[in-house]
Amino acid sequence: MKKVYLGAYNCVSPIGNNLTETWNALVKGKSGAKQVTITGMEADICAALVGEDELNGYFNKLLREENLYTSTGFTKLEKLMIAALIPVIKTVTITQETTFIVSTTKGNIAYCEPEEKGSTAASLPALAQKIGDFFGFKRPPIIISNACVSGLQAISTAKRLIQMNYCTDAVIVAGDLVSEFVLSGFKSFQALSDRACIPYDEARQGLNLGEAAAAIHVTGQQLQNHPFSIAGEASINDANHISGPSRTGEGLKRSIVSALAEAKLEPNSIDFICAHGTATIYNDEMEAIAIHRSGLADKPIHSLKGYFGHTLGAAGLLESIISLECLRHNLLLPSLGYQKQGTSLPLAVIKALSEQPLKRCLKTASGFAGTNTAVLFERELY
Amino acid sequence: MEELKAELKTKIIEALNLEEVTVDEIEDQAPLFGDGLGLDSIDALELTVLLDKDYGIKVTDPKIGKTIFQSIETLATYISENRTK
Amino acid sequence: MEQLYQISRHCRMDTQGVYRNGEQISVEASPDFASFSKSLYYSLGTSYPKFFKMDNLSKLAWLGAELLLKDEQTTNIAIVLSNRHSSLDTDLKHLATISDNEQYYPSPAIFVYTLPNVCIGEIAIRHNLQTENIFFVSEQFDSQLAVNYSNYLLNTKRAEKVLCGWVDYLQENYKLVLYLVEKTGILAHNLDVVRQLTR
Repeated sequence: MKKVYLGAYNCVSPIGNNLTETWNALVKGKSGAKQVTITGMEADICAALVGEDELNGYFNKLLREENLYTSTGFTKLEKLMIAALIPVIKTVTITQETTFIVSTTKGNIAYCEPEEKGSTAASLPALAQKIGDFFGFKRPPIIISNACVSGLQAISTAKRLIQMNYCTDAVIVAGDLVSEFVLSGFKSFQALSDRACIPYDEARQGLNLGEAAAAIHVTGQQLQNHPFSIAGEASINDANHISGPSRTGEGLKRSIVSALAEAKLEPNSIDFICAHGTATIYNDEMEAIAIHRSGLADKPIHSLKGYFGHTLGAAGLLESIISLECLRHNLLLPSLGYQKQGTSLPLAVIKALSEQPLKRCLKTASGFAGTNTAVLFERELY
Repeated sequence: MEELKAELKTKIIEALNLEEVTVDEIEDQAPLFGDGLGLDSIDALELTVLLDKDYGIKVTDPKIGKTIFQSIETLATYISENRTK
Repeated sequence: MEQLYQISRHCRMDTQGVYRNGEQISVEASPDFASFSKSLYYSLGTSYPKFFKMDNLSKLAWLGAELLLKDEQTTNIAIVLSNRHSSLDTDLKHLATISDNEQYYPSPAIFVYTLPNVCIGEIAIRHNLQTENIFFVSEQFDSQLAVNYSNYLLNTKRAEKVLCGWVDYLQENYKLVLYLVEKTGILAHNLDVVRQLTR
């Protein structure tokens, strides 16, 4: 099967307007989580937001610098997606063979009023088409909306599309917002923490929602200065419960084992794991079980949710590109906030920034409806 | 109390979409979760909303929820002692 | 050498009726989806109380899967579904619960269905499918993507069969087309046939 490579990538996150700013903030241990109030519920919770004024300023500056004049109005999510895409698109020659993939769970739902029945405000195809047209993609966009694995599954889907000769390359954008829609819903699930979330920790009490967009170019051709490839991947369902994480971690374990098998690699060849780690009691416990069952218990592991919150459909892609930066810099980022083991089985959670040679990273994600995805990233030797 | 129990049974059937269950089939002491009515974690959260909405009781500690939601009996007792509407 | 696959079973459900492998299945005339789905559920003879807890999109998908997989033996079946309106029907219901600050009671039982792929989860649970799964959203059914993606899953032995199709629900307008792709069947699995089926 054809090897598939990763090209340019970028993100806009609660801690940086682009990849460089975000990476610098990560290395400094900066968290985007802040106190937020949900009006109707009189609840104070913590969430990681992208400041609207700052985003507008940055977005307008980007458009001016790139001479991208437009009279079209954009929503916050669209601005995030476009800002994430601009540096990536600059490196890509869009042809008839280039596929555009959009990953999101809720899209522009924040602009949908309950009275506007059948309104197109929340239409995912309309959102994807608008972004695609802005950059001049020639094929209709492919939208993946598979809960919280969407962003990561978009990478494995791009790889598959290239391997099946559906296209030669793909540009992916993944994005989601913190809206009252998701805040109220996750609150009703008693899943939100009122403090900065602490994945895998004994004192964890829930997740922080976050908002971000991330973009990446995936291609069948190895590009200069882009040493990363996808060694294996899989997305396997738990078939257990639509919201409760599996007690055996079966789907995640099978996803990891499948990804390793495709890569023809042993668990021992993995240098670190960038896991999902939402900081809810049951998700983190499920992951610990799955990671043990996959023979990866001793591998350094972190969750990036302490920095970004849970960015839903963006999370898998955002965290993947940070994993690639970790590989590039040979740096292991700590799992922010983690102090004491909080899962029944121990994990080698990274507590401090450390430099060491890194070649392979396993990225995982899990979500509602029993979805799981595992992708194995590898640095190619020149 | 009997009135409250009957009211709760009707409300639970409606709120949790227990299409094939009738009020008469729910016994006061029978467990609501597990083997009883086969309720799950989403149902527990939905019952929490029902307590807030209809009786003005906020349950935020899942451990308290677990003891209250044992049966119609325990639920009715807790409501009668703590209701604000 | 790429193997050619076939469609072994297919079904269609919309306001015009229910069809399995092209033959109409009679369902009691119903004024709305709620009563229609209930009639069809009972006519299928599977006892599954959780059906009544599902949102409309999941009910639709569950019924379609039941028509195709009720007597299926293998559990190595991947699920590849798509639609146009994502979970908008249930999204609007969730929004209605948070539109009034005086009556602000978001419902976990509604919110859990505000993702289109939850209907995949419901099918996976019912038929014990611990398999590959993905949900695509597009204006129209993307036959080319569906055919390619299903072939890929089968060629790479990630699944023995693929349950593929379209499941869309918004405010009493609904359409479902599901088909099962495997080594042997009754129709060729190619672009023309899939376009024809999902028209």
